Amino acid sequence: MQRRAFLKRTGIALGFVAMPGGLLRVVDAHACGEEGDVDLNAWVHVSNSENTITVKCPTAEMGQGLYTAIPLLVAEELDADWRTIRVEQAPSDRVFSNPDDFSVQGVGGSRSTQGYWRIVRLAGAQARAFLIANAAREWKVGVDECTTEPNNVVHAASGRKLSYMEVAKLDDIQLDAPLLTDKDLKPASQWRLLGRDVPRLDVPLKVTGTARYGIDVQIPGMYYASILHPPVATLPHPLYGDGAENGPLKIDSAEAIKIEGVARVVPLPHGVAVVGTDYWATVLGKRALKVEWKQGSLASQYDSEAKKREWAAVALDRTRQGRLFENAGSFDAAFKAAAQTLSADYVTDHGHHACMEPFNATASMMHDDMELWAPTQGQTWAQQACAKVTGLAEDKIRVFTTFLGGGFGAKTEQLANAEAAMLSKIMDKPVKVIWSREDDVKHGAYRPLSAQHLDAAISADGKVTGWSHRVVADSVLARARKPAWDNNPGIDSAVAAGMTQPYGIPNKHHEYVHQPGGVPVGYWNAVGNGFTIFAVESFMDEVAAKLGKDPLQLRIDLLTDARGKAVLELARKMSDWNRPREGRALGVAYNHGGGGRGGGGTGQLAEVVEVSVDRASGVIKVHNVWAVADVGTAIQPRHLRQQLETGIIWGLSAGLRERVTIKAGVVQQSNFDDYHVPRMDEVPNIQIALLQGALEPSSGAGQIAGLPQAPMAPAIANAVFRLTGARLRAMPMLPQQVKQALSQVAITKA
Amino acid sequence: MAQRITTTLTINGQRQSITATEDTPLLWVLREQLKLTGTKFGCGVGQCGACTVHLDGKPVQSCLSTLKDVAGKSVTTIEGLSKNSSHPLQQAWIAEQVPQCGYCQSGQIMRAAGLLKETPRPTREQIVEYMSPNICRCGTYARITRAIERAAKELV
Repeated sequence: MQRRAFLKRTGIALGFVAMPGGLLRVVDAHACGEEGDVDLNAWVHVSNSENTITVKCPTAEMGQGLYTAIPLLVAEELDADWRTIRVEQAPSDRVFSNPDDFSVQGVGGSRSTQGYWRIVRLAGAQARAFLIANAAREWKVGVDECTTEPNNVVHAASGRKLSYMEVAKLDDIQLDAPLLTDKDLKPASQWRLLGRDVPRLDVPLKVTGTARYGIDVQIPGMYYASILHPPVATLPHPLYGDGAENGPLKIDSAEAIKIEGVARVVPLPHGVAVVGTDYWATVLGKRALKVEWKQGSLASQYDSEAKKREWAAVALDRTRQGRLFENAGSFDAAFKAAAQTLSADYVTDHGHHACMEPFNATASMMHDDMELWAPTQGQTWAQQACAKVTGLAEDKIRVFTTFLGGGFGAKTEQLANAEAAMLSKIMDKPVKVIWSREDDVKHGAYRPLSAQHLDAAISADGKVTGWSHRVVADSVLARARKPAWDNNPGIDSAVAAGMTQPYGIPNKHHEYVHQPGGVPVGYWNAVGNGFTIFAVESFMDEVAAKLGKDPLQLRIDLLTDARGKAVLELARKMSDWNRPREGRALGVAYNHGGGGRGGGGTGQLAEVVEVSVDRASGVIKVHNVWAVADVGTAIQPRHLRQQLETGIIWGLSAGLRERVTIKAGVVQQSNFDDYHVPRMDEVPNIQIALLQGALEPSSGAGQIAGLPQAPMAPAIANAVFRLTGARLRAMPMLPQQVKQALSQVAITKA
Repeated sequence: MAQRITTTLTINGQRQSITATEDTPLLWVLREQLKLTGTKFGCGVGQCGACTVHLDGKPVQSCLSTLKDVAGKSVTTIEGLSKNSSHPLQQAWIAEQVPQCGYCQSGQIMRAAGLLKETPRPTREQIVEYMSPNICRCGTYARITRAIERAAKELV
């Protein structure tokens, strides 16, 4: 009892450690629960009774491996015995904010490991210092005389040892220790856990059906809800809009409320909710609703085929000025002085995330606070969205993060969370909202449709002297991160990511022309890289062809970054680049992750693909892929390889098949039968090699899928060109386009 | 309008009495009434396989089977595939570290269990053909294939 009283007096000790991006609270030490069960700080809990050390996972585990990577990073600096490590999802608390860019608790743009990797190692080191300080005090020896071995503080001079769990149980445990800095972290040469594969902590749960996702949450007495959304694609961001422009005008719920199990039909600004005692009743109720919808919104006039033509004309028309960024030299001067010039236009369709777990959320509002269980990539954003729609204070919303059945950027969206919050408030009961697959496909946060125009200037001696790239697309930030957009209108780092290519060309012009479309566009896997890299890497190949140079060698020649050259060199060797293949050809593309902003990480990656084309059907088949990645430190190399491999499959599918088409604002696809995602028979042979040219993990063991994903489409297009002479400038590269391009080649030759 | 019925099913070896509207998909009976949430909702139209369970020993998509269809039959879900995740497929899934997000994996494992029952030593082509109804959006297909091959060796 005495000990507890002492701990209570100590209260919460707060420490601040300077980190890139600001000051961060890392030390939040207080004791809790059973004797010998101590929070060493916000991240680390030692339990004497359980003989475990529990580490908090600060944000979503969506398949990127964070649930294991964070404990590994902490355990490395804590000098913990991995066998005693457990992991637990962190509550919503700004102490767990992602230091990289967002400064909120959440993850996107392959920034979980990259964002958290320093702060959690400091938390581990801080916890270790705390254990050493207490053991030293107990032994009445200097802190400097003590060291650690896994899970033990050791005083070598006297041969004494105390396990971490024993230290946690000391009577006069004290909760202060000097604050550490980056300099106190272990050098990589002393790592014993990082970079060695351990079995992932979530895997056993995921083979027995016991991993709990958002959709699995059940609370006694809760209602279920299905939402009828408008015909027009509608995904308002709750902080900046309510979707009422497409919402219900007249609702006839007479048939719906007759259905057994339907409790109530609730109009929402953007749709109509059917609330009931079981999910199936709400599905039947939704089908029985008769709703007249508002007409005439901007989105309702959107036609994706027309937009591609319209925006392609904008891309070509230099009088339609956008915002410039990271330009160098003078492209105009280079263009005037050029001996040769080259230009090309590219268009890309909308893409959809199609997470296997559709949007869902469970909210329980009680008096003046609320609990939200959600598969969300944004804990702070969820708090803000629920606060906005309920009138509660942000800190009264407690978010419990479940596993995510796919994230890919989609689950930064907050509409389902807001729907559950609104309905729980109205029903005065816990409510679980489950979107149908059709809701998910028809109201997604689509990858923006883009039209891109590129120009190159080539000097008389065959040097690339100028490069101009104009992107025309709607803005993700204008919809989903409005303060950032309003602060700097016209600049959208998410859309333009990947435009600022790394080739050593003296005069560069990058321009983004915003065209509002009204339909929801969002953070799709790799965001802007998903279409800008298609244009950049295809056009680089076109430049090589114009110069009569080998496209892989030209990239090596133009790159200034040694790591970039190295990944290309190795990809050349692995793929046996110069060996001709009967009926097949190779294509290459490179990605530096768009500088790490807006998705894709900061790694270096080269991909070579081997394709064949069925000329009769226009179907492209990818047989082999060789990928070389340098993403800095790989926390879990085996898992990193898997991330690369599966990212390649994403990119292959995005390049060849996946697209959302929209007519009069209505998405034309509705489920997996017409929105094509890859199946097992489409997977090529994939060989991966890792290089490590830097210490920082660009995206570490994390969800690095953005990096290998984006170069697949241009690598395929470049291979098809080498094989057939036909240049494909629209993504996805559907068979019809391929046949058309092949027939044009035939006409030209004739 | 659909009738509310009470019927008996055998779920993971246990007799269970269920009352629900007769057209309620087995999927939602399992998830909501029986709290067996390992079986997942993915598409609702038999396109993704996330809801795969065994009905009288054969893999089916439980979003397409109504309560009326399955009355009196025997259902095995991922929770009933083995005790302590000891099924060779579950062990192989762990050894190969197959899952990423993991959402589809219950369905993948149940589908694979159906394959190995029918074809204990499948070729690569047979695996690909049999597993094609099941989507993994993360794209873990290569590891799924390797895990099935590993489990097939264990089973012999």
